[in-house]
Amino acid sequence: MVRELTCISCPLGCPLKVELDESGAVLSVTGNTCKRGEDYGKKEVTAPTRTVTSTIKVEGASVPVTSVRTKTDIPKEKIFACMEEIRKATVKAPVHIGDVVIKNVAGTGVDVAATKAAV
Amino acid sequence: MKHDIVIIGGGPAGLAAAIAARESGVEDVLILEREKELGGILNQCIHNGFGLHTFKEELTGPEYAARYMEKAQEMGIPYLLSTTVVDLQRQGDSVVVTSVSKQDGLLQIEAKAAVLAMGCRERPRGALNIPGTRPAGIFSAGTAQRLVNMEGYLPGRRVVILGSGDIGLIMARRMTLEGAKVLCVAELMPYSGGLKRNIVQCLDDYGIPLKLSHTVVDIEGKERVTGVTIAQVDEKLKPIPGTEEHFDCDTLLLSVGLIPENELSKAVGVELSPVTSGPVVNEQLETNIPGVFACGNVLHVHDLVDYVSEEAEQAGRSAARFVQEGREAGQKELPLKTAGAVRYTVPSSLSPQRMGEQAVVRFRVGRNMRKATVRVLVDGKEVLKRARPVMAPGEMEQVMLKKEWFTGSEQEITVEASDGQEG
Ligand SMILES: Cc1cc2nc3c(=O)[nH]c(=O)nc-3n(C[C@H](O)[C@H](O)[C@H](O)COP(=O)(O)OP(=O)(O)OC[C@H]3O[C@@H](n4cnc5c(N)ncnc54)[C@H](O)[C@@H]3O)c2cc1C
Ligand code: SF4
Repeated sequence: MVRELTCISCPLGCPLKVELDESGAVLSVTGNTCKRGEDYGKKEVTAPTRTVTSTIKVEGASVPVTSVRTKTDIPKEKIFACMEEIRKATVKAPVHIGDVVIKNVAGTGVDVAATKAAV
Repeated sequence: MKHDIVIIGGGPAGLAAAIAARESGVEDVLILEREKELGGILNQCIHNGFGLHTFKEELTGPEYAARYMEKAQEMGIPYLLSTTVVDLQRQGDSVVVTSVSKQDGLLQIEAKAAVLAMGCRERPRGALNIPGTRPAGIFSAGTAQRLVNMEGYLPGRRVVILGSGDIGLIMARRMTLEGAKVLCVAELMPYSGGLKRNIVQCLDDYGIPLKLSHTVVDIEGKERVTGVTIAQVDEKLKPIPGTEEHFDCDTLLLSVGLIPENELSKAVGVELSPVTSGPVVNEQLETNIPGVFACGNVLHVHDLVDYVSEEAEQAGRSAARFVQEGREAGQKELPLKTAGAVRYTVPSSLSPQRMGEQAVVRFRVGRNMRKATVRVLVDGKEVLKRARPVMAPGEMEQVMLKKEWFTGSEQEITVEASDGQEG
């Protein structure tokens, strides 16, 4: 089986063809311009991941919310579980860039950190 | 009040220009910013995808801005916040910058040089001409981005988006993550104006349909939007009867493009390009008004902030040089002409005498191309040729011009992109 994808690792957006065998193992990736495209193609058909960015409520700051991200990619199917936890959470000011606001979000082993200061 | 260099706008362009001016040896630099904080539009762009080029890691907008803000702070560069520049005039040897703010009232600053770094704004929706009533619930995508990401307020629950520019695509995902239902993105043209990676990770990931060659033909609702009707369009972009489709929704987002913010530039008499709506500049990024420089989105709309920072550094260095040496008179300026699919170039003229060892020329093409060739010609003679597998209107391109190509007798430079088809 062949799956056609677009590499999202950089703005070039190369069209990829990923060839799979019956068990779902990757046989080849073509169409990529660089190595990152190959890695993306393999991961996307076996265990797709994404970085999640959002905002979190802050108490005691001059702004109502500040922005956050998952420190690294998380499995795609965990995006909404991750958002659920971010939406429920509130942090206390002051918040600095890089501060961990949620540990091990949705059981992914990945932390959510602030991307903007709030004082 | 007197200052050497005044920088108008404290976004990524203004910050990078200020830092570069200081590094070039001009101490007395001041940034004026209209908002309550530095960082510009990046403060509301909380998604990742910034700085891959400069920092080799994928940062979010606020993280990218913070890198430059920290640097400016370390260098002790002064700035005034909540300060809006309302007028700019050339008087004798100086540029007079007039600003207003609650804390200082009206302020007149006499500067030796000024850098325009005011960014861009969204195209007004009046230009869209959508029939129907004008109820609440219609927002530009950028306004919605600000509401959600900075004020923590979700402007709607069931959403239709018109226009597939990057801000619209990013907001489709953002509102979905916050629990809204995005019903579809309608795009008038047969192709999207946004990056392919954004179509994949913002629409496909969430099963949001992208309807190409479609437009909004009716908006319903008295006080608040209750529904919109979209229809397919023909080659002449006219709605095709019988293709109408109705959506019950409470919100319509418009993502129909950006336009440089140049009211001030006009005030001082800066010549604007009809293609970019930004100032016409030479390779120093200096406008036709001596001592007034421009960079970032006010000059031409950028999609990658990395290039904004690079361009702004050049403007900062040029402004510093102007303060230190003044403008050298009697330079021969060669016009930069466009050919093939090239729509414009920044700069639009260059002086071989004045330029450094090399000069960057940024440009965009007017249509999607495959197996294209970019060429630079000096008086019709080819000096550079490069193959480009794909080129798209949404992506900025650049070529480097070298001082060694010129002897002083040349008349013009041409930048061309072609793929064998017309224009
Ligand atoms: C929604 C969106 C998504 C984007 N996504 C990406 C991405 O994923 N990756 C990427 O690399 N790039 C992205 N970009 C592009 C990049 O963010 C911009 O090109 C860049 O921020 C432009 O910087 P700037 O300093 O020219 O303008 P701005 O950031 O707009 O800054 C201009 C500043 O000038 C101030 N100002 C304006 N007028 C006045 C005045 N009269 N007096 C005083 N101050 C004034 C404004 O308040 C503002 O702070 C995106 C842009 C947008 C809009
Ligand atoms: S394959 Fe490489 S060049 Fe192509 S989009 Fe992916 S990361 Fe970019």
